[in-house]
Amino acid sequence: MNNEFVRTRIWQEEPELGNEFGTRVARCHGYDVYGEMLGQARWVDMIYLLFRGEAPSTAEADLLETLAVAFANPGPRDLSVHAAMCGGVGGSPSASCLMAALAVGAGELGGGREVFMAMEFWNTCDTDLNTWHSKLNKTPDTKASIWPIPEHPIGFAPHGDIVTTPALQTLECLAKLSPGHRLPWLAENRSSLEKIAGFPLAFSGIAAAALADLGFTPEQGEMLHLLLRLPGAAAHALEQRHHGYKKFPFFKIELNTNQGEDA
Amino acid sequence: MSNADILRQNVDSLKSRMGAFFPGERTIFRGNDLHADLNEIDWIDLYVFGITGRRHSAEQLRLMNALWVFTSYPDARLWNNRVAALAGSARSTGNLGISAALAVSEAHIYGRGNGIQASHFIIDVRRRLDAGDSMADCVRDEMSLHGRIAGYGRPLINADERNAPIMKLAHQLNLDSGVHVTLAHALENFLLDNGRNLRMNYGGLAAAFGADLGFSPQEFYHFMFPAFLAGMQPCFIEARQRPEGTLFPLSTKHILYDGVPERRWPKAKEG
Repeated sequence: MNNEFVRTRIWQEEPELGNEFGTRVARCHGYDVYGEMLGQARWVDMIYLLFRGEAPSTAEADLLETLAVAFANPGPRDLSVHAAMCGGVGGSPSASCLMAALAVGAGELGGGREVFMAMEFWNTCDTDLNTWHSKLNKTPDTKASIWPIPEHPIGFAPHGDIVTTPALQTLECLAKLSPGHRLPWLAENRSSLEKIAGFPLAFSGIAAAALADLGFTPEQGEMLHLLLRLPGAAAHALEQRHHGYKKFPFFKIELNTNQGEDA
Repeated sequence: MSNADILRQNVDSLKSRMGAFFPGERTIFRGNDLHADLNEIDWIDLYVFGITGRRHSAEQLRLMNALWVFTSYPDARLWNNRVAALAGSARSTGNLGISAALAVSEAHIYGRGNGIQASHFIIDVRRRLDAGDSMADCVRDEMSLHGRIAGYGRPLINADERNAPIMKLAHQLNLDSGVHVTLAHALENFLLDNGRNLRMNYGGLAAAFGADLGFSPQEFYHFMFPAFLAGMQPCFIEARQRPEGTLFPLSTKHILYDGVPERRWPKAKEG
């Protein structure tokens, strides 16, 4: 008899007769995963169910699936995919390529942390431009943290001058699909928000609005953003493993020998 | 003028003063030839030099070494160590398991998340006391900002067996009476005297030693990165030596489900 337990509202298992380590039935939030969902549920249904505890509506599933397509590959120029390719090119294990993509893609520049913070902005500002104005112009939080102090307005692209075409296409497509109110409002008020921020809207800002419209919390949105961007990192890592290091950039170095103490 | 100009200025080239590898010739490490100037350096000295750009005395390095040694626990029940051990049990690789265990050590209630806040706090309290603020003000403001006093209290038990040994060694090295370490003990007494049952934990004491060693919070954060590492390898190795999958096996009886009852999957749910 065991004395330790894993408490969960997500997952229930019934044992095979005579073997408590073998599973006969597994239910996710009450639904029989292998006996009933399999063959009927889409991948995004399962993702939504896991985090939200309920099956998505058709509109919610469509939005999440479209979002997953938009996020699937940030492309080889993206820092997280670059990191995964660094794993691939040297023949590192597949998991280390994904761990590299997760570590780099976790950050405040287009990564999970930025999506988390942008979703907190949505919780505070919703569709009130005045609140967005004060939030985007507020001095960043000074809490002592493992995370750096943000260096650009959250959800916007610090190195862009105008919103990129794919970002705009994504916003327009998601806004039409969304059962929520944030994406349509964002599509309508993008220019005003960009004027307030001083930078064009970034994918992270669109992701945050979409994930908030789907009812996810900032913590859930951060996790999903990390998860949904992995397919591209994986594919590019495998491609570079095949190409080999001789075809992968190594870059030149300009060494400054002037040494000073760092803060 | 474009926001992308800064990207264009950095294309295809790494501008660095930290160092460079010149294949077949030499490697420069913060202005020093690694194989000539630094060929006899201890690893911990090099590690801290890499973080701070500063070299330290033999006594300081012994204290730094002990700060890691005294928190190297080869116990696979600990959450971060368990990751390394589970990797061994699942027959993954040592690097993957231990890298993940180190990543997990960046936790809020212990490890790097606790340490960086503790470092900020002790440095800030010292600065504020010097400026005339009271300890009560500092504690109240820290509770208001962070909702806790990092460095005080402990998740599993409100006492820390590591504090006495590190203080004993620091005393032997004449490094036990720095301003931040003295302040850290005074803070513990203040908290206990004012009804908060929060004893100083090792993270708090290590942060105070770090501040006395001249580490900024960021430097302390990087310094403590390998602090749990030596305890992780044994956890992985032992799990790797046991029959596969036998570390903390969970049966269906271990799952305490408190969610919604069984229900039918909606074939076409419209919303």
